[in-house]
Amino acid sequence: MKTEGKKLYQLSLHEASSRLQDREISSVELVSSVLDRIEEVDHLIHGFITVDAEGALDQARQADRRLADSGANSPLLGIPMAIKDNICTRGVKTTCASKILGNFIPPYEATVIRRLREQGAVIIGKTNLDEFAMGASTETSHFGCTRNPWDLSRVAGGSSGGSAASVAADAAISSLGSDTGGSIRQPASFCGVVGLKPTYGRVSRFGLVAYASSLDQIGPITKDVTDCALMLEAISGYDPLDSTSVNKPAPVAHKSLINDVRGIKIGLPVEYFQTGVDREVEERVRQAISLLQELGAEVEEVSLPHTEYAVATYYILATAEASSNLARYDGVKYGFREKNFSHLVELYENTRQGGFGSEVKRRIMLGTYALSAGYYDAYYLKAQKVRTLIKRDFEEAFQKVDCLATPTSPIPAFGIGEKIDDPLQMYLLDIYTISANLAGVPAISLPCGFSSQGMPIGLQILAGHFQEDKILQVAYTFEQNTDYHKQRPKITNVPT
Amino acid sequence: MKITVNEVEYVAKLARLKLSDQEKVLFTQQLDNILQYMDKLNELDTKDIPPTSHVLPLENVMREDEVRPSYSPEELLANAPDREDTFFAVPKVIE
Repeated sequence: MKTEGKKLYQLSLHEASSRLQDREISSVELVSSVLDRIEEVDHLIHGFITVDAEGALDQARQADRRLADSGANSPLLGIPMAIKDNICTRGVKTTCASKILGNFIPPYEATVIRRLREQGAVIIGKTNLDEFAMGASTETSHFGCTRNPWDLSRVAGGSSGGSAASVAADAAISSLGSDTGGSIRQPASFCGVVGLKPTYGRVSRFGLVAYASSLDQIGPITKDVTDCALMLEAISGYDPLDSTSVNKPAPVAHKSLINDVRGIKIGLPVEYFQTGVDREVEERVRQAISLLQELGAEVEEVSLPHTEYAVATYYILATAEASSNLARYDGVKYGFREKNFSHLVELYENTRQGGFGSEVKRRIMLGTYALSAGYYDAYYLKAQKVRTLIKRDFEEAFQKVDCLATPTSPIPAFGIGEKIDDPLQMYLLDIYTISANLAGVPAISLPCGFSSQGMPIGLQILAGHFQEDKILQVAYTFEQNTDYHKQRPKITNVPT
Repeated sequence: MKITVNEVEYVAKLARLKLSDQEKVLFTQQLDNILQYMDKLNELDTKDIPPTSHVLPLENVMREDEVRPSYSPEELLANAPDREDTFFAVPKVIE
């Protein structure tokens, strides 16, 4: 592996891990390099809400002791990672990018964080997101927008915009995001990095602040597919604290990282290449699929006939679940409390009015409406039934093919402020990612080229429940035969 | 119109949100727009389709009823906006 010319913060997880294991570098050196990088670029990117420099260096010293005592028994040992700020970290502020949780310090650890810590990963900080993960641009954050490292005038995507942008800017070796309707994959595609939404139930949601519980999953955002497989293996597995987590063995990274797609059947859903997709996005994705075909994959068209109903279905179900999940923010047990009130109900109403931002209120309103007497059957029940149809579309497609390949987003990263005033137009951008959440299937986004304006474009690969190994194999093969993942943004205004 | 200002006020009350007058007008217009889009689902006949609330087969999850460590009152009260002794403090509910 040729990593000598690279600065430490530029290393991928697996590159850094092998240098740590060979004792060429220490975790303290690696973490210090990444902290310096954050200092250098984060004022431009704004990927982080909290940087825990002191805590990170403590963890790095512990990792170095573990390396000295027993060698590296996990590839994650000593690696600095950034965590989306809706995943609870014990003793470290977890805000959900909301005023209402602005000072919340969790007394407990999310299961994914416990797993990462057990394997010696170093948590360097908490990354920016759309408030409560509700958005596709990180513009709804109470703490300000994250900027795209490839073009600071554009959004990083969302809702895990901070996690994707910080990995793309080399301000974290890897990160965790959460994906309810595309919130890992879309920002990964906008920022030119790899993002995976696991099968629903693969990864424990304990300690993930709930948005829409039947759709939410935590997953990795990384510099390449190998790192993605290592992170997935580390965080997967049954958790008694999440009764929807599934007792299946975690996918083993090295078994999935096979540079061969011969005989793998890849389906192209015709509905994903119809109106609305940007011409350059379509071109790059079709080129990527041609390459996979040249490498031996069998490609055929398939149909997911209910695709056009996915956005409406998703925004009824997700907002209904959100309106219920967010009822807990009442200004009593934790979080922000409005000072002016004369009785209990007014305390609730004023706290929620002052504590939530506009997009969160809009979704609570929509969800409350869809669940309210007289509208439940017309909206919520109807959407649950259409969800069944969407799920069946995938079941039928996966009878014919092993994987599906699509664009991740119909367009590359757009300008900050360009779409924020029209909620419905913003929702419609989720068209290619939300169906995977409705059906519960795994999906990855990986870089497959650039627009003429130099913005990254993402290729999405989906497979059936618990078939992450197939996704990783196709993604790994594509990556090994291209070099898009090796390209990093030149962040303007930063001396190199 | 799919939704009126009066309905928005009613839903806000259910959701415990004291919306400003400006928000009421804006949300009425935006929710109306979104709900009209949602009408698309009525193109589909779903009479005989069962609803999906969870994507994987799910059974009741049981565990042994045994004593396990729990959090101390101090840990749980640490984030409270207002407290008295080991209680969360709220305005008087019963006159």
